Amino acid sequence: MADKFISLEGIAKRYPAPGGTTTIFENLWLAMNRGEFTCVIGHSGCGKTTVLNILAGLDQPSEGTVIVDNLAIEGPSLDRAVIFQGHSLLPWRTVMGNVAYAVSSKWRRWNAAQVRAQAQKFIDLVGLTGSEHKRPSELSGGMKQRVGIARALSIQPKMMLMDEPFSALDALTRGTLQDEVRRICQETGQTTFMITHDVDEAIYLADRIVLMTNGPGAVMAEVVENPLPKSRVRIDIHKHPLYYAVRNHIIDFLVMRSRTFVEQTPGFDPRKVPVVRPGVDAPPMPPDSTVVRLASHAH
Amino acid sequence: MTRRSLNLRAALVSVLIFAAFIGAWHLATRGIGAVQQMDPEYAKLMGATATQGKSAMPGPLDVGAKLWEHLRRPFYDNGPNDKGLGIQIAYSIARVAIGYFLAIAVAIPIGFMIGMSPLMNKALDPFIQVLKPISPLAWMPLALYTIKDSGLSAIFVIFICSLWPMMINTAFGVSAVRKEWLNVARTLEVGTLRRAFTVILPAAAPTIVTGMRISIGIAWLVIVAAEMLVGGTGIGYFVWNEWNNLSITNVINAILLIGLVGMVLDQILARAARLVTFPE
Repeated sequence: MADKFISLEGIAKRYPAPGGTTTIFENLWLAMNRGEFTCVIGHSGCGKTTVLNILAGLDQPSEGTVIVDNLAIEGPSLDRAVIFQGHSLLPWRTVMGNVAYAVSSKWRRWNAAQVRAQAQKFIDLVGLTGSEHKRPSELSGGMKQRVGIARALSIQPKMMLMDEPFSALDALTRGTLQDEVRRICQETGQTTFMITHDVDEAIYLADRIVLMTNGPGAVMAEVVENPLPKSRVRIDIHKHPLYYAVRNHIIDFLVMRSRTFVEQTPGFDPRKVPVVRPGVDAPPMPPDSTVVRLASHAH
Repeated sequence: MTRRSLNLRAALVSVLIFAAFIGAWHLATRGIGAVQQMDPEYAKLMGATATQGKSAMPGPLDVGAKLWEHLRRPFYDNGPNDKGLGIQIAYSIARVAIGYFLAIAVAIPIGFMIGMSPLMNKALDPFIQVLKPISPLAWMPLALYTIKDSGLSAIFVIFICSLWPMMINTAFGVSAVRKEWLNVARTLEVGTLRRAFTVILPAAAPTIVTGMRISIGIAWLVIVAAEMLVGGTGIGYFVWNEWNNLSITNVINAILLIGLVGMVLDQILARAARLVTFPE
C-alpha cells in the first residue's frame, strides 16, 4: 500500500450510556488506495453508517483521526461527496436545480451558463437527459438516486461515499444502477467507499470488501480482496469459478463469525487486519472457524 | 360522477340555501299591512314599524338598496361621521397591513433564531408562553398610554396579535427542517447565510406561510374590535357609529363587507401557500 490515499487511524465511537459508555466500535484501522472501490459489510448496529459519516465529516470520532490525501479531516468537505441512503434531494428544486446547487457550491464564481453546462454533463452521464426540469416528486426511486449520484459526481470529489444507496430500490432498478455506478467509477477512476447489506452487490462492485463484526465493540475483522477479474459483468459473474468461494466466505462470516470473532481471536491486532483472497489463498487463513463451531455444536 | 358535475351540484345547493335564507329573512321582516288607523301626518312621523307592522329589523331589500347606495359612492367624505364604506374599509386594511408587515419583519427573524438555536428556543419559551395568550385588546390601554396616538395604538394591537402565530410557526418550521437536507448543505460546504436562504427558508416556507395565514385571520378579527375602541375611522368604527345611529341596515352591510374582505385576505395567503408548497 504505497499510495495510502485515505486512512482511518484508530477511530472509535462511544456514547454515554447508563453506568458508563457504550462503545459502538473502536480501534478501526483501514487504508484505501486512490481509485479503489471499497465496500463495508456488517450487520445493523456495527457502526457502518457512523464510519461513513465520520469519513464525510458529518460526525466526529470519539478517538482517532481520518486522513485524506495527507490531511486530517475537519468537518465536511467538497472533496468527499456523499450519496445518502434516502435520496435526500431538495424537493423544491428540479433535477437541474439539485445538481446545479452542488456545482455552484463548489465553484462559487462560475456564472449560470458554466454551472448549467457542468450540471448537464453529469445529468447526461447518469442517463437523465430530458428530465432536467422534473421535480423529485415526479421521479421514480431509481431516477431520484441517479440524481443523487449526478449531484455527488458533479463536484468532482476526491472520493465518493455511499450509504446503502440502492437498498430502497426494487431489484431490477438496483441492478441497472449498480451497472451504472460500476461503469462511471471505472470511467472516472473514482475512489469510492460504500456501505451495503447486499453480498452480491459488494462482490460485483468492490475491489475490496471490509468485513465488520457485530457491535457494540465492533472491529474490522478482515479485508476480502476481490479475486474476480476487473472485467466482470453482471450476466455471468456468478459463473466465475471463484464467485462462490468469495460469496460463501462472506456469508459464513456474516452468519457465524461476525458474532464470535472478537472472543475467538485473542491477540487480534486491529492495525494489521488480515487480507484474504478466498479461493486463491489456500487453505483459507486463519483456519475456518465456522467448521470449528459446527463441530463443537455436534457434541 | 365527474368533478365538474359535483361542483355544479354544490353551486346549485349553495344558491338554493342562499335563496331560502333571503326568502325567510324577507318574510320575517316584511310589513303585514295597516295595523292601526291614524292621521296620515302622524303616520309619517311614526314610520312603517308602527303603521304597517313592519319589523324594526331591516329586510333584505332594504339592505340591498343601501348596499347599492354604498357601492355607487364608496369613497364620499362628508366629514368625520359620514364617510363612504370604501374609505372606512381602506383605513382598516391599511392598519392591518402596516401592523401585519411590521409583525412579519419581527416574527420571522426571531422565529428563525429560535428555530436554529436550541438555547434561544428554551430561553425565549417562557416569554412566548406568557405573552401569546394575552388578548390583543388588553394591550390597548398600555399602547394608548405609551404611544399617545389612537391610530398607532390600533396598529400596535394588530402587530402584537399577528406576531405569535408567525413566530411560533417559523420556529417550528425551521427546527423541523429535515436533517438530511441540512447534511446535503454541510457536505457541500454551504455557508450559514446561504444555507438559511437556500435550504432552511424553502423547507420551512410552507409552515411559515401557514403561520402568516393564521395571523392575517386574527388581525382582521382584531381590527374591528380595536377600531370600535379607538374610533375615528375604519370599518370597526363604522359599525359602532351606525349602531349609535341605529342604522341596522348599515351594520348589516358592514358585517357583510368585513366577511368578504376577510375571505379575500385569507385567499391571498392561501395562494401564497400554494406557491411555496413542494410535493415530496
